[in-house]
Amino acid sequence: MADSKTETKTLGESLRQQGVSRRGFLKFCTATASMMALPPTMVPAIAAALEKARRPSVIWLSFQECTGCTESLTRAHAPTIENLIFDHISLDYHHTLQAAAGEGAEAAREAAMHENHGKYLVVVDGSIPLKDPGFSTIAGISNLDMLKETVAGAAAVIAVGSCAAFGGLPHANPNPTGAVSVSEIIKDKPVVNVSGCPPIPTVITGVLAHFLTFGGLPELDDLGRPKVFYGQSIHDRCYRRPFYDKGLFAETFDDEGARKGWCLYRMGCKGPMTYNACATTKWNQGTSWPVESGHGCLGCSEPDFWDGGGFYNAISIPDGDIARNIGLGAVAGVAVGAAAGMLNRNARADAVARHETVTVDDLEKTS
Amino acid sequence: MQKLQDIDVRIEAAVDQSVQHGNAIPLLHEILHALRRLGETEEPTTIDLRSIPFGPGDEEQLLDALDRGEVTVKLETLGASEIYETAFAGVWIVEHKNTEGERIALQIEITRVPEILFTQVADLTDSISRLENRLRAPDVGAPAEQSYQWEKA
Repeated sequence: MADSKTETKTLGESLRQQGVSRRGFLKFCTATASMMALPPTMVPAIAAALEKARRPSVIWLSFQECTGCTESLTRAHAPTIENLIFDHISLDYHHTLQAAAGEGAEAAREAAMHENHGKYLVVVDGSIPLKDPGFSTIAGISNLDMLKETVAGAAAVIAVGSCAAFGGLPHANPNPTGAVSVSEIIKDKPVVNVSGCPPIPTVITGVLAHFLTFGGLPELDDLGRPKVFYGQSIHDRCYRRPFYDKGLFAETFDDEGARKGWCLYRMGCKGPMTYNACATTKWNQGTSWPVESGHGCLGCSEPDFWDGGGFYNAISIPDGDIARNIGLGAVAGVAVGAAAGMLNRNARADAVARHETVTVDDLEKTS
Repeated sequence: MQKLQDIDVRIEAAVDQSVQHGNAIPLLHEILHALRRLGETEEPTTIDLRSIPFGPGDEEQLLDALDRGEVTVKLETLGASEIYETAFAGVWIVEHKNTEGERIALQIEITRVPEILFTQVADLTDSISRLENRLRAPDVGAPAEQSYQWEKA
């Protein structure tokens, strides 16, 4: 919990105290640069900056969420880099992880805010209900009030997960709680969206490492996401892309195309309209990722992906024959990839417009 | 608690070796260009394989093509690291693992000697200090206490 130790030690001092040599520190910096998707030539600059980096206070708020984002971060594995970064930040409030609850926990949050005014980071997972504050409260405080109060003295906000970034599942049609994202409420502080359901753990720590290293936030795209991780589409970085360019597609999960690892576009893969780092960073210690395991991308790092018209059906396939519509992919792969993305976006918009809700009464009538 | 690597994985169908994703060949060309640069201007190059969208078998194909050369070094700091020169002199594979044995970085360095193998100035300064203290101590045979002082670098 918050105390006067915050900011007293640099990262270099912390590591030295743990018996880490300068060579070990360089290894740490090499892995950190790789994690932040920065070029290896930046390692000396990262080393110089990280050595002097001071311990920032972090307040983690969990609102309308499933705890998947925290699970992603804490359960994925225990790599040295993440450990060192989390040892080095002062995680002063995280009600899912901390033992304290109620007034004691809230007092710790308020103390951290007071002692580190203007410098602390706020990490938020989960969306915020606006329809009725009673839908989600912590220690009797509504999510909206807690967010506004906590962010008032913060340096920046990191919205972790698609719920905090874009509203996520709670925001899905018909959005019964009136859920909104952090950036729909916070307008006067920098907000970084680390979207994904859940986000890749190294992307979360990569953003924290960037703040530690450079004292600021990375460059963001038009949806507020760090460009180093969300700058390219899954489709453009997919190892199955050459099959797409050749017009070779799996049609079912057990056909010849599936066995040969062909493109999953026709099975609803949302890769062309999804921006994330899964294709290179991968999951489970870099073991694999959805497309490599034979399943199309769900598009979980994009706004409103729940309402996109279905993960497996024709929503991702434009009307008409795909081979005719995009068969020139072998000639102009990237351009056509972008065009396919546009077709997908349009198709998804149509699907959202056509979406018919089903009530319990409807189900009873048909059963 | 059971870890991921403890779960028994059964492969029902062998990976189709005839399927090539084609990511190794362009990298080999990039390495060739980097080697030429190293030879002509001494400019080193590092390729971070984490940023390459490898498919199944791509990494194996690349590493098989590069093969292993004469030098292998093991580094023990914050987990194990293995650094080896490939069959192509000047092309090094640098693999860093954490204390859990999980890979945290895999890079190809095109250089004469990877930077991390050099004794760092700060560690050298620290060594001098510790050895001086050791020789001043009455019991020269006792184990030395390590304390790193990077700021002296």
